[in-house]
Parts: sequence; structure tokens; C-alpha cells
Amino acid sequence: MTEIKLQQIFKSYGSDEVIHGIDLTVNSGEFCVFVGPSGCGKSTLLRIIAGLEDVTSGTIEIDGAVVNSVSASARGLAMVFQSYALYPHMSVYKNMAFGLENTKIPKPEIETRVRAAAQMLQIEDYLHRKPKALSGGQRQRVAIGRAIVRNPKAFLFDEPLSNLDADLRVTMRKELSALHDKIGDTMIYVTHDQIEAMTLADKIVVLKGGCIEQVGEPLDLYNSPQNVFVAGFIGSPRMNLLDATAKNGPQGWVLEAQNLTMAVPQVEGLSDGAKCTIGIRPEHVRIADDGVRDTTVAVAFAEQLGGETYLYCDVEGLPQITVHQPGQLPVKKGQQIGLSFDRANLHVFDAQGRALANRLTA
Amino acid sequence: MADTSTTRRSLASLISAQRGRGKLHWTDVFTYAYLLFGVLLMFGPVIWLVMSSFKTPSGLLEFPPTFLPLGQIEVQVDGHDKPLPLYEVTSQDGTTRQLAQVRRIGIVSQMVDPQNPDTTVKVPIDQRTKVREFRMAWENYTDPLERFNFVSFLNNSIIVTVVATLVTLLINSMAAYGLSIYEFRGRNAIMLFIIGTLMIPITVILVPVYLVVTKMGMINSLWAVILPGAATPTGVFLLRQYMLTIPKDLIEAARMDNASEWAIYSKVVLPLAMPAIAVLAIFSIMWRWNEFLWPLIVLNRSEVYTLQVGLNAFQGELDVQWHYILAMTVVTLIPVVVVFTFLQKFITTGIASSGMK
Repeated sequence: MTEIKLQQIFKSYGSDEVIHGIDLTVNSGEFCVFVGPSGCGKSTLLRIIAGLEDVTSGTIEIDGAVVNSVSASARGLAMVFQSYALYPHMSVYKNMAFGLENTKIPKPEIETRVRAAAQMLQIEDYLHRKPKALSGGQRQRVAIGRAIVRNPKAFLFDEPLSNLDADLRVTMRKELSALHDKIGDTMIYVTHDQIEAMTLADKIVVLKGGCIEQVGEPLDLYNSPQNVFVAGFIGSPRMNLLDATAKNGPQGWVLEAQNLTMAVPQVEGLSDGAKCTIGIRPEHVRIADDGVRDTTVAVAFAEQLGGETYLYCDVEGLPQITVHQPGQLPVKKGQQIGLSFDRANLHVFDAQGRALANRLTA
Repeated sequence: MADTSTTRRSLASLISAQRGRGKLHWTDVFTYAYLLFGVLLMFGPVIWLVMSSFKTPSGLLEFPPTFLPLGQIEVQVDGHDKPLPLYEVTSQDGTTRQLAQVRRIGIVSQMVDPQNPDTTVKVPIDQRTKVREFRMAWENYTDPLERFNFVSFLNNSIIVTVVATLVTLLINSMAAYGLSIYEFRGRNAIMLFIIGTLMIPITVILVPVYLVVTKMGMINSLWAVILPGAATPTGVFLLRQYMLTIPKDLIEAARMDNASEWAIYSKVVLPLAMPAIAVLAIFSIMWRWNEFLWPLIVLNRSEVYTLQVGLNAFQGELDVQWHYILAMTVVTLIPVVVVFTFLQKFITTGIASSGMK
């Protein structure tokens, strides 16, 4: 059981600062996912924890001990690389045993550990094969097996599923989740895929441009994003983000944009005439033919999947609005429909993108 | 990953391959003619060398030269100690018979019939032709190996080649490892500096190196040949460029796997750099085997001669023993040919797949 603590981590390459002061604690036994767009510094952060990169300033603690000057091999962590990085000239068995042989563990012990890991990952039949004779999923398992046999303090995964095809990715995702349940070790997982983050994580760390945007449990991030970036990044399809202006009129507060007028309760922090961003998830947009409409749109595309329906609606002056409703909707392409936004799930962000409210109640 | 294997074709189908289906296209004719010309150009001298190495000294000097090693038949005739050369003589009336020549005086040779050794006949030399048979002069090979010190030359050459190649591979691969796996300031400058030494011809540093070797007391020992050329810029460059292509992830994975730098070098990088190492091994073996100038300078006693220096000994100031030189040249060629046959596969195939997608 291992706790990893980062304090004020800065990292520069020459004069180019890529990580701007990160504070983070990964609790013991936690599955922590770093997620963010490419170039956000998530892999760099992982490599800093692994010891493959030095920090410019700040401290890394593993179980309370500062490990800044401890080499990668002595930190007791195991890493699974995006490319798997299996040694191509060694058999699967040798690949898995390599790390143990380097620590001078007796041969019978190595054999037991490798066999046990191979059994857990169902790769016993391939132990004598070379990596090039394995499929992508099998290579992935070997790479994970190589990490498991060492009994590391924590596991580090660097986009391990990104080289697999879609089906396999789903399968491996489940297996990884099951693996974490079984061994219960601390795991840090880097991905750019928010679905992987949502499904695997106990704790998600959303990164952007070398800074942490938000840390929290998956559903917290989904329900209460702290800013526009997290709101747009977490969730698929993306949250609808509409720029609007707050007005305090005779009928109370409204959020206004071209072709959009929403009566809302007062939002704290929003003054009359202030710019803001409205965020509404596709599943919280309702079709309102009879009741009060917030806007009227034309359906540009309708995806009828049987069990659920996606509508992509165009309206002058606003970005395309996505609607996601369960079941089958009697809507055709080009049809004019009214939409209403569920106030209980409406997010309002200020001009700087910070969340002012994540639900509006009257 | 790239699969370098191609479908195997039988040798027959390979050398009878043609472009037109069933009939010869003009490009086929042209290609085969061109290739044949190439084969003759490249391989002709080698064949000629091998053929000539089996000729007797007189056969070598004969004009016009013969392709096959043909030797004149000699017969034992009663009353003569040595075997006499056999000639076919055409007499005035047009009949021919075989006579052995006793001696030649001017344009007349004294000949004797082997069946009737008592009577000698005088025959003008333009009326006789040599009776020849196909004969391999094996003594060209056996004499130098038995009478001269050629076996010890061969031994020396093998020791120099093997030891020098091993030392070269070890030193060069370590230098290449340092210059490819580690990133440090001035890495490229050092590499450029090493490559820059390629521009210094050996003749320029001959004297200083000789002085160093002398001071270290290595003159007339094989180390004097082995050590000065062990670190080659070509080798470092070749290996370094290859090692740069080894994925960085593998090195980092090994670091995470607790591997020491020595373990990363010997267990991960070296096996993966095998194709480049094989190429360098072939080069090194050829360089060392064919090396002449430097051994000639530092090896002055015949016990430490290498083959190439030993071959030079057949070339006296007044007399060149071509038959020995040719035969021993063939002997020196054999190891190089063998090395090429066995290691050339390494050059072409390479360990292309690194297990990465």
C-alpha cells in the first residue's frame, strides 16, 4: 500500500516550462487517472513519478519519503508503456523474469512468481513465445505481467490501451479494473480518453497545459465541473456550451443570446449585463413542443439508434446543440422543434470559465 | 512490424527468371548479358587466380597462357636419372611419334624414343609440340605449408583477426552505447570529433604510432598489430546510428526493471544491435585479415609474420615465386569467403521487428 504525494512540481525543458506547479496526493490503493488533451503534461507527470524525468523543482514523496534523488529502478514502481516496450529478443517468460533476475531473486522463486502472474493474466500458453508472435492484446498482458511479478509499490500505466482496437480496449479496460480490485495496489493511469478515465478511476485528475483543472471522483467531475474545460472534456457527447448574457428584466433574471431566452433564478456572482457560458449536457435537453421553449431549432442530423436518439440541431447565432434522449423520437431531418434546458442540471460559468452554479433551483 | 522474409525461390527458377511470359523479352536478353558481363568482370580474375595457382612455374610463364593448369608429361627413360619431357614430333614424311627430349642445343633438340632409349635423334624445335595433360600442381600448396612457416603465419593471422575483432566490437559498442543511449551536452560534438578522425590517413600517423608502440615494447608482438586499430571511427559510427533506432521505451523499461547500466548494455542493447554488430564484425575481419602495411612495419621476425606479410616474403628482389604467391593468395581468400557466406544473412535480414507496433 503506497501513497504518492506531489508538492509544487515544476518541470521545464530549457526555458520552456511544461508543468506549472502541481500538488497532488494519490492515496493508498487508489486507481488514479490523469486525463487531458495531448500535450497537457500528463505523461511527463507520470514519468516524473516513475523517475524517468527529473523535476525542475518540487518534491515527490512515496510513502512519506522524498524520492527526488532516487533512481527509477530504486523507487520500486512498475510501469507499463504505451508501446509495451517488450524486449523483442526475449521470450515472454524472459521478459517477465528480467526484472526479477536483476534483483538477484533465486530462480525457483522467479519461476513461481512468473507462473502465477501468467496464470492470472491467462498467458501461460505463450510463455515460450517471442513478443512478435503475440497479438496486441497478448502483448499488453505480458507488459502488465512484467509489472505484476515485481510486486511493485505502485503501478504506472502510460496510455496502455491506445494501441488496441476498440473491442479489445473495452475488454482490457474491464480486465484492468478487475486486476485493480484483485491486487488492490495503488495505480496511476494516463490516458487522453475520458471514457477510460470515467470507467476505471477512483479519482480523476484533469490536466490542461501543465496545470490541474480539477481533481475528483468521476461522477463529481461529471455533475459538478469546476470550469468550462472540465465540463467540455468529461462526458461524451460533449456538453453543449452556449455563450450568453445575464439580464435582470421585469420578469426576473434571464440568460440571453441570439434566439435564446432562458428565465432563470438568480445566479450568485452574475451581475446584470455580465457575459457567461451556459452548459447543458445533451441528455438534459428536452424537446418542448407544447410547454415553455428556451429556443427553437432546426434538426440538422438525427441519429436513431433504436434504444436512444441523438439530434444535432442548428440555430442561428448559437453553436450546434446536441440532444440525447432515450428511446425513439418521431423527429425528421430539417424539422423545427422547440428545446428546453433542464434547470436542475444547468451549469453556468462566468466569463473566465469558472463554474458559478452546477444546478439551478428556484 | 516489417517482415523481411520473402517467399523462397528455387535456385533454378531464380536464374531462369524472365520478364516475358514464356518467351524472352529483349530486356531479359539485355539483363542476362549485362549480368554475365558483371560476373565475368568480378569473378573472372578470381577464377583465373585459382586456376593459375595450380600451374607449375613453367606453366605460368607459358605464352599464350592456358586457362586450365596443363602440365607437360614426363617419362622415365632408361639411362637417364631424371624424367624427361615428352614431345610429339612430326617427321619429314608426315608421320608423328612421341619422343622424350634429352637436351636442347640451340634450335635443335636431342630426343630419344622411350621404347628404344639407345638411339638419339636430332629434331628441329619447330617440329615438336609438347604433350600435355591436365595436372594440378598441388605442390604449390603443400610446399609453402610444409617447407616454409606458412602454418604459423596462418595461426598469427587468425589470432590477430579474431582477437582484434573481439576487442574492436567490445570497445566500439561501448562507445556507441554511451553516445547513443545517454543524452548529454556535447554528445554530437564528440561524435563529430570521432568521425573527423576518418579524415586522417594511416600513413600520416604511422611514425608517431610506431614510436608509441615501440616505447610500450610491443614491437614484434601481435599486440602491436591488434591494439592500435582496435577503436575505429567507422565502427563507432555504424553501431551508434543503429543503436539510435532502438526504441527509448525499451531502455526505460529496463531501467524500471532494475537493470544496471551494464545489464542494459549487455542484455538489451547488444542483442538488439546484433545486425549492426555482425556488419562491423565482417568489416573488421576483412580489414584485419587483409592488413599489410602496419604489420609489415611492426613485425620484423618471421615467427610473428601474418599471412599478408608472409606472402610478401615470396617476392624477392630478383626472383618472384609466382606459383607460391598465387597458391597462398587462394589460401588467404578462403577465410574471408567463409565469413561472408555465414554472416551475410545478418546484414540483409536484421532483427527488424522490435515487438512494437
